[in-house]
Amino acid sequence: MGISSPRPSDKTGPIRMSLSSRFENIEMAQHLCGKLIEGYELPEETRHWILMALREALANAIKHGNSQDLGKRVHLEMEVADHTLKIRVRDEGPGFDPKKVADPLAPENRLKTSGRGIFYMKTFMDEVAFRQVDGGGMEIRLSKKLLGATQKEEKRR
Amino acid sequence: MKTSVREVKGGVQILDLKGKITIGSGDVQLRETINKLVDEGKKNILINMQDVTTIDSSGIGELVGCYTSVTNKGGKLKLLHLPPKINDVLTVTQLITVFDVYESEPEAVASFAA
Repeated sequence: MGISSPRPSDKTGPIRMSLSSRFENIEMAQHLCGKLIEGYELPEETRHWILMALREALANAIKHGNSQDLGKRVHLEMEVADHTLKIRVRDEGPGFDPKKVADPLAPENRLKTSGRGIFYMKTFMDEVAFRQVDGGGMEIRLSKKLLGATQKEEKRR
Repeated sequence: MKTSVREVKGGVQILDLKGKITIGSGDVQLRETINKLVDEGKKNILINMQDVTTIDSSGIGELVGCYTSVTNKGGKLKLLHLPPKINDVLTVTQLITVFDVYESEPEAVASFAA
């Protein structure tokens, strides 16, 4: 696992790491992400939602992408550039069609026990994009502006 | 996550949860605790969420699953003392309308008799 040192500045280089497909790794990644954005005076709530979105992206990659196969890795990249947090999570799984993910708000899906992760990512981040990677795997990209980041929360209320 | 169950008047089971309900850490435990209560014939369950620090989509999924299994057995599952962030997470997925949520334990307990 290679980690470049996270510094809370807008010029920090990306943190790149390759994680085994274990849920225990999620908190370590959240901790590093917290360090990466700690130089920004974000509302505590915004910070919490960013870390939750990261959690959902990693959980998705470990569970659905890699099927918890310890032979498969989850590749994580996080950086702050232009006062925007950019996260990339790539798994080594077969991929999926994001358009076919059911809407968790539809009445017939409301009481399902799964299927809310992507919805939460979209709710809490500014941008969420999916890409099938050449050579296998699915990549999720998340971004969140760290200046004026309260606007989205205010709009939701 | 730590769980403890106490029985109060009217046979209501209060499940006090403490810690995280997240994937691989607390989500399955919640399901197993509720299933055990249901298997024992306990039908009125109040989950005290006051000391839950974090929940994710897996934890939310388990809460929904618990709600469905208790309801299918003719029981009632209600929530007590929702921390604001968990309230928000339930609100954005419109689940807040599914659960009966209480801020007062006596009021919540009394509601099972209604």
